[in-house]
Amino acid sequence: MAEPLLSVNNLCVEYVTPAGPVRAVDDISFEISPGEVFGLAGESGCGKSTAALAVLRLLPPPAVITGGSVLFQGEDVLAMDEAALRRFRWRRLSLVFQSAMNALNPVLTIGAQITDVIETHERVSRAEAWDRAEHLVKLVGIDPMRLRSYPHQLSGGMRQRVVIAIALALEPPMMIMDEPTTALDVVVQKEIMRQIAELKDQLGFSILFITHDLSLMIEFSNRIGILYAGKLVEVAEARELFENPRHPYTRGLMSSFPPLRGPRRQLTGIGGSPPDMLHPPEGCRFHPRCAEALVQCRTKSPELQPASANASVACHLHHEAER
Amino acid sequence: MRYILRRLGFYLIAAWVSLTLNFFIPRLMPGDPASAMFARFKGMLNPEAMAAMREAFGFTDEPVYLQYWTYLSHLFQGDLGTSVVRFPEPVTEVIAESLWWTLLLAGSAVVIAFTLGTLLGIVASWQRGGWLDSIAPPALVFLGAFPYFWLAMLLLYGFGFVLGWFPLRSAYGDDVTPGFTLEFVGSVLTHMVLPGLTIVLASLGGWMLSMRNTMIGVLAEDYITMAQAKGLPQKRIMLHYAARNALLPNVTGVGMALGFVLSGSLLTEIVFSYPGQGYLLLQAVQNQDYPLMQGLFLAITFAVLAANWVVDITYVWLDPRTRVR
Amino acid sequence: MVETADEQRAPARRAPGFLSQLLRNRKASIGLAVVALITLLAILSPWIVRDPGAFLSIPLQPPSSEFWFGTTGQGQDVFAQTLYGARTSLWVGFLVGTVVVIIGTSVGVAAGYFGGAVDDVLTTLINVFLIMPGLPLAVVLAAYLPAGPLTLAFVLVVTGWSWHARVIRAQTLALRHKDFVNAAIVGGESHARIMFVEILPNMTSLIVSGFIGATVYAIGAQVGLEFLGLGDVSVVTWGTNLYWAANNQALLTESWWTIVPTGFGIAIVGFALVMINFAIDEVTNPRLKAEGAWNAKLEAARVKPGFSTPVLRKADG
Repeated sequence: MAEPLLSVNNLCVEYVTPAGPVRAVDDISFEISPGEVFGLAGESGCGKSTAALAVLRLLPPPAVITGGSVLFQGEDVLAMDEAALRRFRWRRLSLVFQSAMNALNPVLTIGAQITDVIETHERVSRAEAWDRAEHLVKLVGIDPMRLRSYPHQLSGGMRQRVVIAIALALEPPMMIMDEPTTALDVVVQKEIMRQIAELKDQLGFSILFITHDLSLMIEFSNRIGILYAGKLVEVAEARELFENPRHPYTRGLMSSFPPLRGPRRQLTGIGGSPPDMLHPPEGCRFHPRCAEALVQCRTKSPELQPASANASVACHLHHEAER
Repeated sequence: MRYILRRLGFYLIAAWVSLTLNFFIPRLMPGDPASAMFARFKGMLNPEAMAAMREAFGFTDEPVYLQYWTYLSHLFQGDLGTSVVRFPEPVTEVIAESLWWTLLLAGSAVVIAFTLGTLLGIVASWQRGGWLDSIAPPALVFLGAFPYFWLAMLLLYGFGFVLGWFPLRSAYGDDVTPGFTLEFVGSVLTHMVLPGLTIVLASLGGWMLSMRNTMIGVLAEDYITMAQAKGLPQKRIMLHYAARNALLPNVTGVGMALGFVLSGSLLTEIVFSYPGQGYLLLQAVQNQDYPLMQGLFLAITFAVLAANWVVDITYVWLDPRTRVR
Repeated sequence: MVETADEQRAPARRAPGFLSQLLRNRKASIGLAVVALITLLAILSPWIVRDPGAFLSIPLQPPSSEFWFGTTGQGQDVFAQTLYGARTSLWVGFLVGTVVVIIGTSVGVAAGYFGGAVDDVLTTLINVFLIMPGLPLAVVLAAYLPAGPLTLAFVLVVTGWSWHARVIRAQTLALRHKDFVNAAIVGGESHARIMFVEILPNMTSLIVSGFIGATVYAIGAQVGLEFLGLGDVSVVTWGTNLYWAANNQALLTESWWTIVPTGFGIAIVGFALVMINFAIDEVTNPRLKAEGAWNAKLEAARVKPGFSTPVLRKADG
């Protein structure tokens, strides 16, 4: 087994509010190997974007990281000082934002926003950086003439491609993609995902892929982690998750959307609503909404434990079964 | 381009409203407008001159809309009447002499105050919670709570009378002849220091807070997070990513604040007997020189409108989103 | 989950919460206390100080135990004038603040709510008055009217109403398209009822800060116009105090005490009012408050805030 590229261990992230701390990410652990696509799924507010930004230490106040470690190629990101972080970011781990319009500086040209990151991290001349920028935008299917354009002059799909091009600029071993296609319409979405898949095969980087669109995730990822209320409830290989979802929440998610083909069946949503993160439920966070809750689910929080060669689950039901 | 033309259209409307107000105000006030306006001219003007003056303001025996037309046509010929204060000089000449001094003083003070305030605002937002952010804004706001002319009096007293470092009145020394000589320019500059400093101190707090608050808003945007994620040097992020964007609403703000700062600078001129529009305004009020007062109203208003238009053009230069491809 | 009807209804019950939160804010309570104190002194001044208009003593005496702030160029008590002057300056200020808020809110809500041609006309009107410099217009208006506080109040309302109108219009536009307003329209509520009952209560903080801003403007502009000589110079106000001080050659005679107290009076009241406005900003902007708690936590752990997310682990690195 290859040395993991990214190893997140017992990460805890809090938001300090006047009403008290909110544990947005509570003791999560996962690993990503070189060349792997790891999907992080969950509903809005479950903590997936928080976890992703925490890996790069980009969360604004009032966020605080209160525990755990984040090892990238063996180095603990949480122990780095500002200078080390600046060297680490983008070179080794880059980021594709959800909303490209908001992620691009409105007063700088596209070209300037690509060359500035190249010039910051490498000793190259302006001309060389510009050449590389041209190469990068061609890679994502944009005419190099557009380098002199401003973000507002491009369409939504083009802007998203630009953001991807920028993320590729230093050829990092891994990229975080936070809902890269959510803001786009379905046709463009498919195009962009196809492009990303192609680039990944070509250049071989890993991806931490974040989305709430489970079907997209299953199609695209190698392994998937399901987040609920700041906790990882299931981590499994994509195929296994699809064919054999274990955690009641995962099963609820799977049955929440209709298949295009096959017999019509009753759509079952998941009853109840997401918990108040200021005062999360005791024991398993999902138990108030779980039809199969056991007695201990109310008091004891389940740990993430292996359920098969390719899956782990944090659920007393399955821990019972394994026993 | 379309944006600039649209703004020009607006300023023309505003100018027209000012002209119209100027026409109607005397007529809407209690009493006979003409006698109030020209009370001070009795005995100074012969009957023909008096009639010409009345006509310049539209006081004929015609119906109101024709009076308005008469008034406008005189206005566009540059006839704003005769002044009491500098009798028998026409109002337009009196105003023209002092306009340049006001533009020079207020113009340079605003540029300095805006630049300095903006830089302070950027630094304050960079060091959130630092000493600059906690001490300077309240101190400068307190300073700005004093009336402009009061600060002027204090500066005049302290640096002028007591310390004798700077001259006490006028735009240049009595013993200096105007011309493009070093002596003259030097004299003008030393005479600008105290009044200019007054305007800068009184307005600095506003500019600083405005930039600081805009910066804080901009720093919460996604493109700043992305810039941090790119590992760019902090200086580049602060200047090219944050400040360049925060500057935009502040430039718009300059247009809004200009009228206000100009009012303050006019009162400052009075304290220093600086020969600009402000000093003229005082003399007009003291002498009930209505033609001059109304002429000043138009001149100052138009100057502010023109300055606003220049600000708009600057804005288009700064914000690529306003430029049509 | 579908939002319940409750969640879509206007959060109009925010009003009492806002005021009580404001009173707990330190900036606001200090500001309010200062304004209240000065107002009280102003109201009580006829009973607690000497007659400000009387020629009591030798002119231009510096401060002494008998005359705390000295005497004016006409031998009047400067301390009495400073306190007494607050009366007119403050009541004109508050009056203008009230009228500006009434007019500005009405025009702003009408423009934002009705939209279309009504909005176009009103917005142009607002912008024209906003862009015209206040002082020259004020001078022309005041010069034709009889001198006195009411004239000044009128003139200041004319030159000062548009800022608040613009702010209210912007907020009305933002609220106009919210679900609770659309629901009220579909439900057949009259325009007046929607504007007063649905939209207005959501702008409490804006109206309060608009009142404060207009009052600060009015006090300052009033003083400026009176300094020019457009006030009634026989009435004792902060502005006329300074007018007379300048006319009596305060600087040439080096009688700084005729100028300084009134200036400080104006600045202290103005600053206190502005502090209240800052407090309103803080209370209505939850992000500022959250950072307070965050800063405190970092300080307790002796971690300096930088540009990256701080790490506060108990164990080793």
